[in-house]
Order: sequence, then C-alpha cells, then structure tokens
Amino acid sequence: MAKYLLLKHYRGAPAPENDVPMDRWTPEEFDAHVRFMRDFGARLEDTGEFVDAQALAPDGMWVRYDGEGKPPVTDGPFAETKDLIAGWMVIDVDSHERAIELAGELSAAPGANGEPIHEWLEVRPFMAAPPACTE
Amino acid sequence: MSVEVELRELVPRTLSVLVRRGADFATAEDAVQEAMIRALAAWANEVPSDPGGWLVTVAWRAFLDLSRSSASRRLREQRFDREPDTGATPSADDSLQLYFLCAHPDLTPSSAVALTLRAVGGLTTRQIAAAYLVPEPTMAQRISRAKRTIGERGLDRPGDVRTVMRVLYLVFNEGYSGDVDLAAEAIRLTRQLAALADVPEVDGLLALMLLHHARRRSRTGPDGRLVPLADQDRSQWDTALVAEGVAVLQTALARDQLGEYQAQAAIAALHADAPSVEETDWVQIVEWYDELLRLADTPIVRLNRAVAVGEADGALAGLAALAAVEDGVPRRKAVAAHLHERNGDLELAARLYAQAAHDAPNLPEREHQTRQAARVNALLRGGAGSA
Repeated sequence: MAKYLLLKHYRGAPAPENDVPMDRWTPEEFDAHVRFMRDFGARLEDTGEFVDAQALAPDGMWVRYDGEGKPPVTDGPFAETKDLIAGWMVIDVDSHERAIELAGELSAAPGANGEPIHEWLEVRPFMAAPPACTE
Repeated sequence: MSVEVELRELVPRTLSVLVRRGADFATAEDAVQEAMIRALAAWANEVPSDPGGWLVTVAWRAFLDLSRSSASRRLREQRFDREPDTGATPSADDSLQLYFLCAHPDLTPSSAVALTLRAVGGLTTRQIAAAYLVPEPTMAQRISRAKRTIGERGLDRPGDVRTVMRVLYLVFNEGYSGDVDLAAEAIRLTRQLAALADVPEVDGLLALMLLHHARRRSRTGPDGRLVPLADQDRSQWDTALVAEGVAVLQTALARDQLGEYQAQAAIAALHADAPSVEETDWVQIVEWYDELLRLADTPIVRLNRAVAVGEADGALAGLAALAAVEDGVPRRKAVAAHLHERNGDLELAARLYAQAAHDAPNLPEREHQTRQAARVNALLRGGAGSA
C-alpha cells in the first residue's frame, strides 16, 4: 500500500476545461457537485482506500522568525498571484496507477451545465517509512 | 439510560469521595478514570447492586496502587495505611467545587473543556480525543497539563459558576462528531450543575441548550446541508424538549435576576413558539436583543439584532441596524446579502453571498452561501432558481 495526496487548488493549477465559478452555476448544478464529492469520499471509505480529507480557508499569510526577542514577521494576506491550496484528500492505494485513476475520477466532478469540470489535481506520493526487510 | 451514562453520573461524586479522603486531585482523577474503564468492562454483563460503592472501592484501590508506585511511596503509605473513613460522604458543595476546579480561570478554554469532560463528565481520554479530532496522546497531555496547572495554583483561586457555564457552553457548541454527542453531554452536565447551584443563569443556560437541541434534527438536511431557521421543518422540532426548555426558563425569569443566557433562551423560546417564520413575534425578539445589548454589547448580538429588526420593521430598517456592526464581524456579509435581497437589490445580494461563501468558517456554511449566490444569480438571469 502507498499513500498519495490529492491536492486541489484555489489558484495556481492550469485552468480547467469547464471553468465557471461556482456561484454562476445553477443551484441544482451546485447540489449535484456537492453530492458527487460526498459520494466519492464515501465510496473510498467502502473500498478501504480513504484516509483523510480536509478543506482550507482561502485566507492565510507568510510567517517567519525575526530574531531573538522579536515577534515573528508576518506577510499577508496572500498576493493574488500566489499558488493557493484549497484542500486535499489522502488515499492509501495499492499502486501508482490506482492513485491516478482515482484522481481522474475526482477531477470528473460535475460543474456548470452538469458537465465534468476537468479540474487539474496535483497527485503527490508520500515518502514512506523505510521497509523492515532491506535485503 | 445506558449503563455508560449511568456510570458517568457517578463520576463527580466518586472523585469527591477520594478527595475528601485526602487524595490529591490529580492522582484521584486518574484513579477514577481507571475505575471507569474497569467498570465499563465489568458492568457489561451485570451491574453491581451498589454501583456507587463499587466505583468508590475500585477507584480507591486504584488510587492506592498509583500512589504506591510513585516516588513518595513511604510518605503516602503513612498517610493512608489507616482504613479510610467510609463515613466521609461528599456534599453537593464538594461536587460543585469540582466543577469550579475544572473550569479554573488559569486554564485555557480547550484545557478546561477537556478536564471537565473527563473529571466531571467521566468520558475517557479516547472519547474526548475522538470528539475533538485530535490524537489520543495529545488529549492525554492536555489533560495532565491542566491537572498540573490547577495542582500548582489550585485551590486559592478556583473558578466560579460563570467560568463553568462558559465551558459548558463551549462543549455544547461543538455539537456532534465521533461517537460522543457533546451537545447531549453538555446538557447532562448543565442539568447536574443546575441541581447543585442555585443560580438563575444556570437555568437560563440549560433552557437555551434545550431549546436549541430541540431544533437539531431540522438544522441539517438529509444530504448534510445546512437548513436555516426560516426553512426548517418545524414539525421535526422536539416538542418535549421545547416544553421543558420553556418551563425551566419561566422559573428562572420569575426570580428576576436577568442574565445573558436567560435573554438568549427567551429569544430561542420565541422562535420555538412560532408555527412559521412569518408568525414569529419579531417585535418581542427585537426587545429581547435590546435587553441583551444592555447586558453585553457584542458585535454578534448587534448582528443578530439587525436580522430581527429586518424581520420586524423591514429590510431597510435591518440595513440601518446593520450599519452599527463593524466590517469583519463573522457572518456580517451573509446578513447583509439577505437584507439586500429582501430589499430587491439582487446584484448586490449575489455579490455579497459570494463573499460570504469566501469568508465562511466551515464547509456547510460555505456551501449554503454559495448555493444562495447561485440561486440569486439564476434569478438575475431570469432562470427558475430554487432555494
């Protein structure tokens, strides 16, 4: 088994094919999208491949150490050009192919006109723990 | 009542007995937790004839074991080698002191919540960790640090009933995740507190919780979506809980010591009493918000008051009231969107709903506001958008 992170972006990913902001969909199209996302997570729980899913708020800031006795420096909110992560799903699957297959299915979530969004998702393998048997 | 809940009812009393007998709070609390876990296993088949006595005996033995295994063994053995005084039964005041201790003002809110749920609520560390979605070792650390804090600064400046109420209110608002129903647990503990402390505000808090809990089933749709008050199926409201909440509130109000929780409960009672959103007594609700403002002038109260004013006197009056709420207050944009929509400014409303979605602090709320934006945009396009 290997764990993969499927990353969804607010900004920074290549533009999807069906690129219409959510508040321009019909309420029915929006509901269908929400249903799809929920069912997708539930299906992965059924297959024993689901690990975690979280959404992030769109606001954030950079923070860094500024020396002894000083408060940390902050820089934010983020500039409009920054790559911005919207959320993630962690899956635990048998193969790299399976991870890609599932990311493809997730990217088919319906959007405007009920058509798949074709959203670009980032797929990142986890660094695994070293194996017990090395020879 | 399930065996588990029945068992947990005995926890504060058991802990009080141990402390009465001279046990230090931190070790006694660990011992009661140990006894709880043993009881859960042992009582699955048969509940003992004297559950309270059983728990005290097992907890006391666990306390002695824990004490013996620690470094100051000899000292403790001298202190406890006599048979404990079985006549030392705790009073209601002892149990109340436990509440105060767990909500000690030196504790952070998350520590006070965790310690209260364990030492007064009798939940296991594992259950509390699951309810707050943190790893069990993290929660165990939080609890033992909290005990250390009150061990150090402890008893000279314990909390009071106000800090306890704030902790219980926090637990109630956390709602439901994992296998523990935190809202129901908060109600159970507030009931216990109301029986121990003769304070009308505690009854006000209990009434508030009961009245909100009564509406819980209707607050989320079958697909997990958030259903606002105006759209809730009122036939799903739990009428028994409403009746109890109203009765508790009336008794409290009759004592003429008004406080924030009683005022909030009065507003909840007026909602619970209305057969529909249109038949709600909004004028009286605005009056209660005015009362609340006098008790505690917070941006949240001003915001909710603006909603009520919008219903009582029309959208323009609501928008005027909203002007007194500073930008950046959570949910202000959502309220503004609603009032502008009712005032007929759909374009502004759609834009504000989309911004409210952007600012939403949780997913159900974001989805709700996005759906609202989509609905109003569909109206603007001349399509048939449904709510």
